[in-house]
Amino acid sequence: MNHLDPNRHVRGESQYLDDVPVQQGTLYGAVFESPLAHGVLRSLDFSAALAAPGVVRVLTAQDIPGQNQIGGIVADEPLLAEGHVHFRGQPVALVLARTEAQAHAALKLIKVEIDPLPVITDPRVAAAQGELIVPPRTFRLGDSAAAWATCAHVFEGVAENGGQEHLYIETQGAYAFPTEMGGVRMISSTQGPTAVQRHTAVVLGLGMHQVEVDVTRLGGGFGGKEDQATPWGALAALGAFITKKPVKLVLDRMADMRMTGKRHPYSSDFKIGFDKDLKIVAYEVTFYQNAGAAADLSPAVMERTLFHATNAYFVPNVTATAFSCRTNLPPNTAFRGFGGPQGMFVIESALAKAAEELGLPTYELQRRNLLREGDLFSYRQAAEMCHAEQAWDTAAREFDLAGMRAEVEQFNQTNKLKKKGFAVMPICFGISFTKTPMNQTRALVHIYSDGSVGISTGAVEMGQGVNTKIAQVAARTLGISISRIKIETTNTTRVANTSPSAASATADLNGKATEMACAALRKRLLEHASTEYTLNYEGLEIHDEQVLAAGVPADTNWEKLVSSAFWKRVALTENAHYATPDLHFDATVNQGHPFAYHVYGTALTSVTVDCLRGTYTVDALRIAHDFGQSFNEVIDRGQIEGGAVQGIGWMTMEEVAYNDEGHLLSNSLNSYKIPDIYAAPKVLDVHFLDTPGHPKAILRSKAVGEPPLMYGIGTYFALRDAVRAFQGHTALPFSAPMTPEKVLVSLYPEFVGVSETGAVARA
Amino acid sequence: MIEFLLNDQPIRTSEAPASALLDFVRYHEQLKGTKIGCREGDCGACTVLVGELSADGQMVNYQSMTSCLTPLGNAHGKHIVTVEGINAAGSQLTPVQKAIVDEGGSQCGFCTVGFVMSLTGHSLSSQPATKKSTIAAIDGNICRCTGYKSLERAAARLTAELEQRPAENALAWLSDKQFVPGYFADIPAKLAKLRLNEAQTTEASSAAIAASATVHANGGSQVSTSPNGHAQNQNDHGHSPIRQFTHSLIGGGTDLLVQRLEELREQPGVRLIFDQPGRRGIRHETTGRVVLGAATTASQLLESDLLRGLLPNLPQYLKLVSSTPIRNMGTVAGNFINGSPIGDLTIMFLALGASITLLGTAGTTRELALPDLYLGYKKLAKAADEQVIEISFPAPLAGDFFHFEKVSKRTHLDIASVNSAAWLRVENGIIQAARVSAGGVGPVPLLLARTSAFLQGRELTAETVTAANEVMQAEISPISDVRGTTDYKRLLLRQLLWAHFLEFAPELAVDELI
Repeated sequence: MNHLDPNRHVRGESQYLDDVPVQQGTLYGAVFESPLAHGVLRSLDFSAALAAPGVVRVLTAQDIPGQNQIGGIVADEPLLAEGHVHFRGQPVALVLARTEAQAHAALKLIKVEIDPLPVITDPRVAAAQGELIVPPRTFRLGDSAAAWATCAHVFEGVAENGGQEHLYIETQGAYAFPTEMGGVRMISSTQGPTAVQRHTAVVLGLGMHQVEVDVTRLGGGFGGKEDQATPWGALAALGAFITKKPVKLVLDRMADMRMTGKRHPYSSDFKIGFDKDLKIVAYEVTFYQNAGAAADLSPAVMERTLFHATNAYFVPNVTATAFSCRTNLPPNTAFRGFGGPQGMFVIESALAKAAEELGLPTYELQRRNLLREGDLFSYRQAAEMCHAEQAWDTAAREFDLAGMRAEVEQFNQTNKLKKKGFAVMPICFGISFTKTPMNQTRALVHIYSDGSVGISTGAVEMGQGVNTKIAQVAARTLGISISRIKIETTNTTRVANTSPSAASATADLNGKATEMACAALRKRLLEHASTEYTLNYEGLEIHDEQVLAAGVPADTNWEKLVSSAFWKRVALTENAHYATPDLHFDATVNQGHPFAYHVYGTALTSVTVDCLRGTYTVDALRIAHDFGQSFNEVIDRGQIEGGAVQGIGWMTMEEVAYNDEGHLLSNSLNSYKIPDIYAAPKVLDVHFLDTPGHPKAILRSKAVGEPPLMYGIGTYFALRDAVRAFQGHTALPFSAPMTPEKVLVSLYPEFVGVSETGAVARA
Repeated sequence: MIEFLLNDQPIRTSEAPASALLDFVRYHEQLKGTKIGCREGDCGACTVLVGELSADGQMVNYQSMTSCLTPLGNAHGKHIVTVEGINAAGSQLTPVQKAIVDEGGSQCGFCTVGFVMSLTGHSLSSQPATKKSTIAAIDGNICRCTGYKSLERAAARLTAELEQRPAENALAWLSDKQFVPGYFADIPAKLAKLRLNEAQTTEASSAAIAASATVHANGGSQVSTSPNGHAQNQNDHGHSPIRQFTHSLIGGGTDLLVQRLEELREQPGVRLIFDQPGRRGIRHETTGRVVLGAATTASQLLESDLLRGLLPNLPQYLKLVSSTPIRNMGTVAGNFINGSPIGDLTIMFLALGASITLLGTAGTTRELALPDLYLGYKKLAKAADEQVIEISFPAPLAGDFFHFEKVSKRTHLDIASVNSAAWLRVENGIIQAARVSAGGVGPVPLLLARTSAFLQGRELTAETVTAANEVMQAEISPISDVRGTTDYKRLLLRQLLWAHFLEFAPELAVDELI
């Protein structure tokens, strides 16, 4: 079964936001942004811009009829700056003009006076100054402080990871239309239509019912359009609301890169202790999350870091603390993995540090400490249907871990200027929104009188194939061909109060709701069939569009049955509500059962480093992954391969760089590099583990969106392994991404010396 | 008036010649299959095919180009193909489209059309399809869903299909297999007709054009287009327009349309030289010099049998320069005149000992050694009204060594942190002559004259190379920027110097170097 959308994609017929035919009278928006990262906004003079050709209006905070507030978790983020500016790229004003070029040209005519204030870009500096987004959180299991005394080995260190630009190829944007009711209707490139709707309603001072948000599909999201599609939607809506004209606002690439947040960089301290058998006894970690200038989703990202601080390992004594630190950078936000990768990177660093000091391969420590059935996570949920060891052992067997390692060692003995490195990366990722109330959604299913079916849910299609999966679920549940099913746009008037398409949970939540709605319709139709055709209800089913009674074809099929039901006034529409059962979490004690289930897997990575040039290739990434019972292997494989390579990008070439003034240096595709086809691993094997799936996963097919990203972390440690094979020293910092620069400097540390800091802050 | 064929439709437009083909296609012709990703040639979402009629008028050669950087005027006389122009009737998929769908090579779909066009262009190519060449055809296409492995599988499937493609009458076969619609067969004749009309018009108004050209040229002119650079400076992370330049000449557009699209679009009198007669071609003169037309593209360098004969590794070096679509557009002179301190072609040609020929408005020409072109950061020893018409360099002798090294964050389609080229002539273990160049380590692309002089006459040993590095370190002045810190660039250039010599003389004592 293929992903359905690609038939349109390859013909260029899929409609994205900028492809929507433009209505007459449309005005184009361009955002005037703060040129400084921190300061007091003294004055704004846009008189020259107003006089420029084609310019219709310039809107500022003063023009907002409702509240100038778009903060989701914490109300700390104005739509347009007022009084202060807190990051470079913060929206200050919206220019509306008759053409896009005129709107952009007018930006250059706006004058702003800002009294600069000190700029913080480093999360530890922010924490030291008490600049925290929310109070720190600590997850605790056992008593780590008391446990150190019982440890045979204790290691400490620091680990740093960089940010990651989403670089969805379709930039952010929205197209808003005034409605006759005095509200707005808009098309938005958002993962969270309800978030755009809710915040726009607040900004405009309207009820949510007056704001309609419609999403066809996204040209990539990766978390970047979960919360951060909101400003552009709200701004376009503000323009449409005030001018009573359609307003289209699409960010150009560099504006998008400057103005939107990215994956959170973290700086973390770790301490890990083992007993004499190399079992982990205790782990303490403190995370300093670089949140940027406003909360955005940072508190939730930070929480997921804590949930994943011990990755796939059992640690009896854990103290994990996290600080969400306010800096003068664009608010950092969701990105595939949502803090999980940052948490895992630190414990993997701790294990690598321990292994290096003990003179062992890291995998010896990793394997020994994997989670087993019933082991407790630090938040007191037990690992149930745990496949950590199965994933590891299958990967080790299928891909010959010992052989791969031996090959690397042999190569390194015979090669001077090239070194290979090897690493194993197990993962364990929790599925569900950790904010329990968000684990709910609805599906609205219409069966039309000709037997065709239209389905609306809260799911947003952004390449993950969720629409195809939902159609498969419906086809399977109703017993009909998938060709009868159309997945409608995601629209807040059809399905309300939705959670964003995020947390890997979209297919589970919306698929389950669809399954429920379709099951109810099927039941109703079969009840009708039993009356209409005097058949015994027990044993009635619809299979391949044929009604079967106790396995025998009855005198009716799908089309006839639907038509007959319609004429007998049977309801052919169903709206089902699904809320993931058994979830609970008490954030005051950080304990509970926040996840429906966990996804497991193990990746083996081998790399080759050119020790003359500091460049490298990823030779092989071999993954054994816990899909459960996949019902769409094409889509699921695509998610694993794509997620893993995206993770490799984060760990290698993707380097978000700001200078000390909070000015983004990696501000375009020529200075921020993401993997191209040659950067993908030469070999990328995906083995489908034989696991039963989980009843809370849709059709027992486990969530696949985020988990694979973390396989990419193995590449960092494989590169480190190769560098150590050349250099043999242990003083390497744990600092990702491992760019060719960091590799070369690590290979020849004597050239650069210890004082190297450079003028460029890599945040 | 710009005239061309867009898919199966004739176009006559008076839109600005320096506007982007992308905008024309999307917003003028409402063909929305071609997407906007970055507007700087770095993602490939806007890839289209540009077909140019062969000299004999019998066939059309198609190349992939990024429409975001293609000046509309460069479409003149050509066949521009967007996805709408290859889609089959109904919902039939072409073999390229089908391979991508079947292998799951499209996720969010936003980049997909770019891949489809690049692979369709590859199908139309006269070169044999191999696993390597099919992948190379999509080296300018970025997929952020990072579905490259499925795209590799689609490419493999396509390669297998293209193995059946006959050498003769390939277009008929491709049309039969529905790679392209039937109307492609009529394109050569249609373009030939455009060419004929053009010739007649030109003849009629050549006097007028000559006059106007002079007028425009007085406004100041620079050729600028490069296959690998952008608005580069040493801390290259901006597109800030360089005000002292008033470009009214555009070659391939690969730099200027990144840096100054808005401005150029509005500027009257912009002259396009990409298709100017006599500005392409590569010849080996009896004087021993190799001469290139200024508008020779990087792809033409890569495909030149003449150059391959003289510099056997040149194609592999050029593969490190940008991507296929950008190499199809960017010109050698553009790379020089852009003045980027890190232009890959500039660095290669500095080590080759190149000179440029400049044509002044009075019709006079002068030669300038390439290193003498660079006075300071983006400051050129060239009058505003002078135009590069030719580039030449002494043909290397058999046994001469030429090598190019480039390190960037991403190996392909990236701007170097540091690049370097070396040309050496060694006899009996003694370096008779040397030219070493380096980019990214100073305000201009550098011919390392002192380092080169130091090497001359010395024995080819690790000791000499180590000592040369000392000279070289004193000759460069890298600064910290988004492409690396000062220390990194110094270290990296040292390593690249080692690399040159280890490539040339693998027997050198590695341990002494590292």
